[in-house]
Amino acid sequence: MFSWDTWQEIWDTVRRNRLRTVLTGFSVAWGIFMLIVLLGSGNGLRHGVEYQFRDDAINSIWVRSGQTSRPYKGLQPGREIQYVNEDYDEVVSRVEGVEYSSARYWLYGSQQVNYGKEWGSFSIRAVHPGHAVLERTKVLQGRFLNALDLREHRKVAVVGTLIADALFHGEPAIGKEIRISGLSFTVIGVFDDDGNDREREMIYLPITTAQRTFGGDNEIQQILYTTGDATLEESENMAESTKRILAENHTFDPDDPRATFINNNVENFQRMASMLDAIRIFVWIVGVGTLLAGVVGVSNIMLVAVRERTREIGVRKALGATPGSIVRLVLQEAVLITTIAGYAGLVLGVVVLEALARAVAEVEVFREPQVDLRVALSATALLVVAGAVAGFFPARRAAAIRPIEALREE
Amino acid sequence: MIRVRNLHKSYRMGSNRLHVLKGIDLDVAAGELVSVMGASGSGKSTLMNILGLLDRFDEGEYLLDGVDMDGLSETKAARFRSRYIGFVFQSFHLIPFKTAAENVALPLYYQGVPRRERNGMAADYLERVGLSDRAQHLPSELSGGQQQRVAIARALVARPKVLLADEPTGALDTGTSREVMEVLQSIQSEGVAVIIITHEHDIADMTDRIVHLVDGRIDWDRPHSRGRGLERDLARPRAALTGAAASGAPA
Repeated sequence: MFSWDTWQEIWDTVRRNRLRTVLTGFSVAWGIFMLIVLLGSGNGLRHGVEYQFRDDAINSIWVRSGQTSRPYKGLQPGREIQYVNEDYDEVVSRVEGVEYSSARYWLYGSQQVNYGKEWGSFSIRAVHPGHAVLERTKVLQGRFLNALDLREHRKVAVVGTLIADALFHGEPAIGKEIRISGLSFTVIGVFDDDGNDREREMIYLPITTAQRTFGGDNEIQQILYTTGDATLEESENMAESTKRILAENHTFDPDDPRATFINNNVENFQRMASMLDAIRIFVWIVGVGTLLAGVVGVSNIMLVAVRERTREIGVRKALGATPGSIVRLVLQEAVLITTIAGYAGLVLGVVVLEALARAVAEVEVFREPQVDLRVALSATALLVVAGAVAGFFPARRAAAIRPIEALREE
Repeated sequence: MIRVRNLHKSYRMGSNRLHVLKGIDLDVAAGELVSVMGASGSGKSTLMNILGLLDRFDEGEYLLDGVDMDGLSETKAARFRSRYIGFVFQSFHLIPFKTAAENVALPLYYQGVPRRERNGMAADYLERVGLSDRAQHLPSELSGGQQQRVAIARALVARPKVLLADEPTGALDTGTSREVMEVLQSIQSEGVAVIIITHEHDIADMTDRIVHLVDGRIDWDRPHSRGRGLERDLARPRAALTGAAASGAPA
């Protein structure tokens, strides 16, 4: 179909109608360019949101206690609710669907930590082994806490990278004895965290050890667990039954908004995700609209072109051009222009996205704007097909030109 | 070569029908040089379009080289045009963005002749019309006479059996008209039937046979000796009509 002669013919007409060709090409390139940039930006927003959730498990529920704000069963409002180990055990065993879980026992304020002559003030979190999953803690050396550490009340610690750097100056951390508020602990692991630096200045202790050593008794401040692959609805049910268990144990109104705070990441994430979906649909509509405008533009301009070339087409027919060859002449030009222009728009769009990605590298809500190459390519392919369709009607009109009328002397 | 019997053609003009050709009988043999004359509106252009397969006819019979041309599809008509018929137009109709050589080669392109061969043949035919040195010029860089010679070369390059020329000298001055006519006369010897539509007596005088159309019918059709002038032909029978034909020149 595309012989050298065909190319020559197309090139001749393109060269002769530079402005028309450029305008047609521009409308197509613009359509693709906009589609790519819009889709890429949509993805950028999406990545930004995902980044926000990066350092915690997305499918997690976080429970923290508060102060009652409503009278309940003869009890005054304003009571401080203090969770204990039994609450945690009950939640984990009774709430259906709990996957990984941990309680948290905080030592308020930061604690002085010594190693030899080095010392610093760091936060302490006493947790269960499941905490590593919930915080997405990455163990770099050694190991995280395990069940045995808890059962035997071992005096072991897992420290953040920044602490390891500050205290050990690059020496192997495992096995080092550190003192936390004067009590001796053995370092069994070093971890990193995608969150901020505060997370890397953290020391994890077995919750049992910390409660006993630091006088916490059986108190805990927080209960957290992952919901596995629970749906949004299931996760809401889990949060609800968690609240009921705690309300029952501590005698407060389950509907009291201040007695217990539940942060359902599933819900948060879903809400963001559905907003993102909406944005994505919007972006597609706008993009496809732009594309359609490009297609209509191509069709229009090809129609004009055919009008302009009526006489030439008449001559060609008089010289023996078949209707088919006229259709091909017009169609191939349309397809060629849309292909080249579409590709140019694609490349330009990707370049702009890359530049944008570099410019916003430090922005958290808008990250890595990029477009699926398959989507980009299929958009271009679609446009080429559209170009063919856009060229088809003008081409058919061209083929129907009657030489006598085209050549009639005015 | 051409055999036409009782050819009818009418156009629809709104609700009216305009009967343009009212039963034409015409035979043209290979190697004949015929001029078709007639006032404007006499149907000569319509006849040429039908002979050139650019238009269909309603009734009658048209055999081209013995093949019935009735009810051809567009594509088949295009094939026949490309193999049998060459056109020369009053306003040349060269393709403006193609050089003389490319214009001449175009009919061969539609015949599927390979490029190299095509260019060789185009060069040959340009030489025949004396324009080898203008092969790479665009039509806009050529004079009217040169353009028409290119157009003739283009009409001939596909070796047609019939050459149809519609007022080929209408846009040219007398001197160039003569040159163009000489080229057309020279083709005759190759067995091509040349049909020239004209209203100029000088041009008709350079052909061997004159067909005179009046109102969609052949008024008269007789051989002619070149250079004798048309006065005697026009003066002969049907005095009333000849007067009309003689004065009914330009439109």
